[in-house]
Amino acid sequence: MSEIAFSAEAMEVVKKIIKRYPEGRQKSALLPVLHVAQAEFDGWLSPEVMDYVASILEIKPIEVYEVASFYTMYNLQPVGKCLLEVCQTGPCMLNGADDLVAYLENKLNIKVGETTTDGMFTLKTVECLGSCGTAPMLQCGADYHENLTNEKADALIEKLRTDNKRSRYC
Amino acid sequence: MGRKILLEHENVPGIETLEVYRKMGGYRAAEKAIKSMAPDDVTEEVKKAGLRGRGGAGFPAGMKWSFIDKKSDKPRYLVCNADESEPGTFKDRYLMEKIPHALVEGMIVSSYALGAKTSYIYIRGEYFYVLRILEKAIAEAYEAGLLGKNIFGTDYSLDLYVQIGGGAYICGEETALLESLEGKRGNPRMKPPFPAISGLYASPTVVNNVETIAAVPHIVNMSGDEYAKIGIERSTGTKLISASGHINKPGVYEIELGLPVEEFIYSDEYCGGIKDGRKLKAMIAGGSSVPILPAHLITKTANGDARLMTYESLSDGGFASGTMLGSGGFIIMDETACIVRHTWTLARFYHHESCGQCSPCREGTGWMEKVLHRIEHGHGTMKDIDLLVDISKKIEGNTICPLGDAAAWPVASAIRHFREEFEYHVLNPEKIKDPKHFEKEPFVSSVTQNA
Repeated sequence: MSEIAFSAEAMEVVKKIIKRYPEGRQKSALLPVLHVAQAEFDGWLSPEVMDYVASILEIKPIEVYEVASFYTMYNLQPVGKCLLEVCQTGPCMLNGADDLVAYLENKLNIKVGETTTDGMFTLKTVECLGSCGTAPMLQCGADYHENLTNEKADALIEKLRTDNKRSRYC
Repeated sequence: MGRKILLEHENVPGIETLEVYRKMGGYRAAEKAIKSMAPDDVTEEVKKAGLRGRGGAGFPAGMKWSFIDKKSDKPRYLVCNADESEPGTFKDRYLMEKIPHALVEGMIVSSYALGAKTSYIYIRGEYFYVLRILEKAIAEAYEAGLLGKNIFGTDYSLDLYVQIGGGAYICGEETALLESLEGKRGNPRMKPPFPAISGLYASPTVVNNVETIAAVPHIVNMSGDEYAKIGIERSTGTKLISASGHINKPGVYEIELGLPVEEFIYSDEYCGGIKDGRKLKAMIAGGSSVPILPAHLITKTANGDARLMTYESLSDGGFASGTMLGSGGFIIMDETACIVRHTWTLARFYHHESCGQCSPCREGTGWMEKVLHRIEHGHGTMKDIDLLVDISKKIEGNTICPLGDAAAWPVASAIRHFREEFEYHVLNPEKIKDPKHFEKEPFVSSVTQNA
């Protein structure tokens, strides 16, 4: 296994983040740095990656694990190239979130929580994304796809397949 | 047309840029405050304005500011709560996305008032694209000398940073937010001490919602007294309302507090009425946590007075017949909606978002979700309905932070006002098999029948 290390570019970003806090408070950088790490290392946080982040921030590995496991946006298992996060809370449910989930399950031939056999898509349901007025919707990387219909979902899946890029928040 | 303050320029092309924002009068308040007002004078104006916290609690902002420990020799911090996660609420996102400089200027003026030299905007992780918009606006402000050292050539210096979260509703609770900003799990802290005494890095800290902070420059420009003239009594100013659900025109609307609820729902200026001409069934006025109200208590209070969009009128009648303005997350349900199903999704939400620190919330939210799932899927019993009420009572008031109450209220109020619908689910498991069971044949209760 190759040694885990941020690219020079990512390291620059991390250093800039750490400078936002008073001296000795570099642990404050943990959440943003975990996002950078997740984007750098294939969309998930392996124990090795978390240990690496701990070493950079000069904190104990457990301090990283407990945070990474608390927040929903950090994936502790590998995910498909494109993570489709469908909001299913109240207002989205009123406007067709259940139908959208069923449609995507059927189209991708997977259940919620699963990844397509080609490793392209992981389907996940999430709680309120603050897009209640534009329901139903899903998030893929940093992008919100709103007011979705079956046709729009088809077009989105098609586009993601063609682009063939890993979805990332940052 | 209602008066707009925060969103007056929402449709001006380029308003997201510093250049256009300044052309429309932006950063005048920052200049006025920093150059010609003492910090305490700014706080005094905010007090006079009667501005109440727009995140949900409605606590007077000026008073919150005045609690900050000025005797401490530690640095003071202002932290903006942009962790908007209350289901039904998307107003801060809209404001930050459309007019990012409104928040940046608000942060400058408010930080000056509080004597903060470093301030943070904590934004929910899912809003990554909004983070980029804010960072761009902040970079423009630094470039123009509006942030950084010696702002407007004075002694006042301020650094402003945006912190991204990792996906956790609980971080909207101010002490959980501070924990998160320190790089920890979002477990709320015991209070006291309050953040004003011991907040970020154990230093005096004020945490305010995006909309609250964005209102401050307008108060400085027009004076607190003038701002207080807008609205009704203790509900001063304007409020952003996120409208969603079964309405013709979902979206974010700025209203003058005091607007009748009926006008808000049915006027074309706002929600534009109920979708497809169907009947109004229920309203959640202030985000998913506040009690749901049935049709006959929406446009009128129990006394028969017109229900207004104010803190006081919405809570008229207490929880027996009223609700709360909360965050302004306004969810409308028509006759095809299933209250049990909707309440189940909310219970699932709170179970998912409970931080796990207090056992009544950690265990209770899971039980409520399970019992509601059972009733909605045709396996419930009559005893389950009372069990839900019992669980909600045992969570309410027994947790460190308000998430417990927030989880208990939607369930308790749904049963309070829609008990017959819960009973129908228990008695008619065959009729509710289709998840959209009320779409073709709306449920009629004795209350709706007599309405």
